[in-house]
Amino acid sequence: MTIEMNIPRVEPKNAVKSKKETHVGASTHAIESLVAKMQINKVSIFYDKFRAVEDITMTIPLNQITAIIGPSGCGKSTLLRSLNRMTDLTPRSHVEGEVMLDGDDIYAPHVDVVDIRRRIGMVFQRPNPFPMSIFENVAYGPRLYGIHDRKMLSSIVENSLRQAALWDEVKDKLDQSGMAISGGQQQRLCIARALAVEPEIILMDEPASALDPIATLKIEELMQELKSTYTIVIVTHNMQQAARVSSFTAFMMINSHRAGTLVEFGETPQIFTNPKNKQTEDYVTGRFG
Amino acid sequence: MTAASPSISTLTSLPAPQKHYISGRAGYARRKFTNSFMLGLTGAMTLLALVPLFWIIGYVMYKGGQYINLDLLTQLPKPVGMVGGGVLHAIEGTLLLTVLAAIIAIPPGLLAAFYAAYHPNTPLGVALRFGTDVLSGVPSIVIGIFGYALVVKTQGHYSALAGGVAMAIIMLPTIVRTTEEMLKLVPHTLREGSLALGSPEWRTSLKVTFPAAMSGIVTGFMLALARASGETAPLLFTALGNDRFEMGKMIQNGLHAGQSLPAIFLNMLQQPVDSLPLTLYKYTQQPDVSRINQSWAVAFVLMVLVLTINIIARVIVERRMAKSRGK
Repeated sequence: MTIEMNIPRVEPKNAVKSKKETHVGASTHAIESLVAKMQINKVSIFYDKFRAVEDITMTIPLNQITAIIGPSGCGKSTLLRSLNRMTDLTPRSHVEGEVMLDGDDIYAPHVDVVDIRRRIGMVFQRPNPFPMSIFENVAYGPRLYGIHDRKMLSSIVENSLRQAALWDEVKDKLDQSGMAISGGQQQRLCIARALAVEPEIILMDEPASALDPIATLKIEELMQELKSTYTIVIVTHNMQQAARVSSFTAFMMINSHRAGTLVEFGETPQIFTNPKNKQTEDYVTGRFG
Repeated sequence: MTAASPSISTLTSLPAPQKHYISGRAGYARRKFTNSFMLGLTGAMTLLALVPLFWIIGYVMYKGGQYINLDLLTQLPKPVGMVGGGVLHAIEGTLLLTVLAAIIAIPPGLLAAFYAAYHPNTPLGVALRFGTDVLSGVPSIVIGIFGYALVVKTQGHYSALAGGVAMAIIMLPTIVRTTEEMLKLVPHTLREGSLALGSPEWRTSLKVTFPAAMSGIVTGFMLALARASGETAPLLFTALGNDRFEMGKMIQNGLHAGQSLPAIFLNMLQQPVDSLPLTLYKYTQQPDVSRINQSWAVAFVLMVLVLTINIIARVIVERRMAKSRGK
């Protein structure tokens, strides 16, 4: 009996409340006052006949960080990858519905997928620097779009690395291999590489899950700085991370016929403190499955 | 106990601790013995597998080393029965054939491998994989006959070109399959990283995947080269053999007659040519002690040549890798 008394009962509301306080100061916006950068309309994603993601409708607001959370296998990454047509690369998959970028459907015929991917950059779960120098890693994108002038490339590389908060650490070893730096630095290099093509949106697929806590913190700080210029969508397993960095949160789960669906979407403090849906509440309080 | 958290209530309802029914020490000695016995067995078999390798290398070094001299590497053969002379024609011929075969086989092999690696489930990709598997199982003498029918018959004469084509066909499956495997080993995320920047597939392959897989691919080339340059059978009906083949002299004569270098080389390809394995095969058939002895020396040279190709390739690759990976 005494043992039981000594075990602190975690009161989920309390834990979230402290987070809310930090958040309220940071961002209390009415959704209406925001500009929609992307509008996802009734998107379903299929592998062969199997519907992996079902009927998602949500808005990605301009210059905000939107987090997508949910258990493993609920289709968060698949949804994210459909936002810059990376799903095109998966054989036998197709996307139904509309993904509007500034009012134009990126899946419309005649849309140049190269242009879409330039405007919507992506950062992956594992840092994936190319097997070339740090400079060349960042210059890879601009070169792709026809910039070959050395001076111009140098300034793009410097700017991008500065924006990614990596410049001071690598400025003296730009011709060293991009694979020779630490994991956290590699991830920021990948962010710099994505920034170098001047995207409007950056999709991040669990960008910190392969990093240690300090490197994770740096990435999160970086995201806060980047959101003034870019619209960011992040998929994360880590609910604390979603609560810390994002202004809006989408919660996804698998429904009865094993397809990922959007359960709830709203402002992050609301999702974590006052979820409207029972499933969301179970998940964010850790009572899930 | 009323509002107890579930974990606590289950704790009290656990059954009383049982007596251990598995002893940690049971059969320990037997397991330990089995383990060391199997370890010893695999170790012994490893050594056994290495025996032929070192035996062959050692024996060829020992026998061949006795008959190797500068003349052997720099002179043409003397008439049968005379002592001395060399196998310069075969050394030059082997180099010519190997380079020619590489030039013929590498470009299509490489590109086909890219196709197969990134479109594995298309009909063409499946056909390519099946085709290369079958081709690598075709006896090399059959490929020699094919070369004969394809080049020698149409041209009306034996030639280095015919030999090169036959050797290229021998190399092709190895090149395609190793390149494909190496490309598949490149992490998918690397490719995605490039594609996500808007890079087209060909550019991704050229700038990202290929450099990343480079070391493995070059090793594959070298394996193919080494294998093909040691082949005798495909050359029997194609390159035929030519113990008067001397590159230096041909170039000299050609220049003297006012021909350009490319023209001279094209001419050279039309000549029958010898190679080290071909010479080795012929020399061992001859009832002449000095030829038999020379064939040991030829084996030695062939082995050193193949080994050198391998080592050079590995050094180049190591350097490149060190550069791209950082130290």
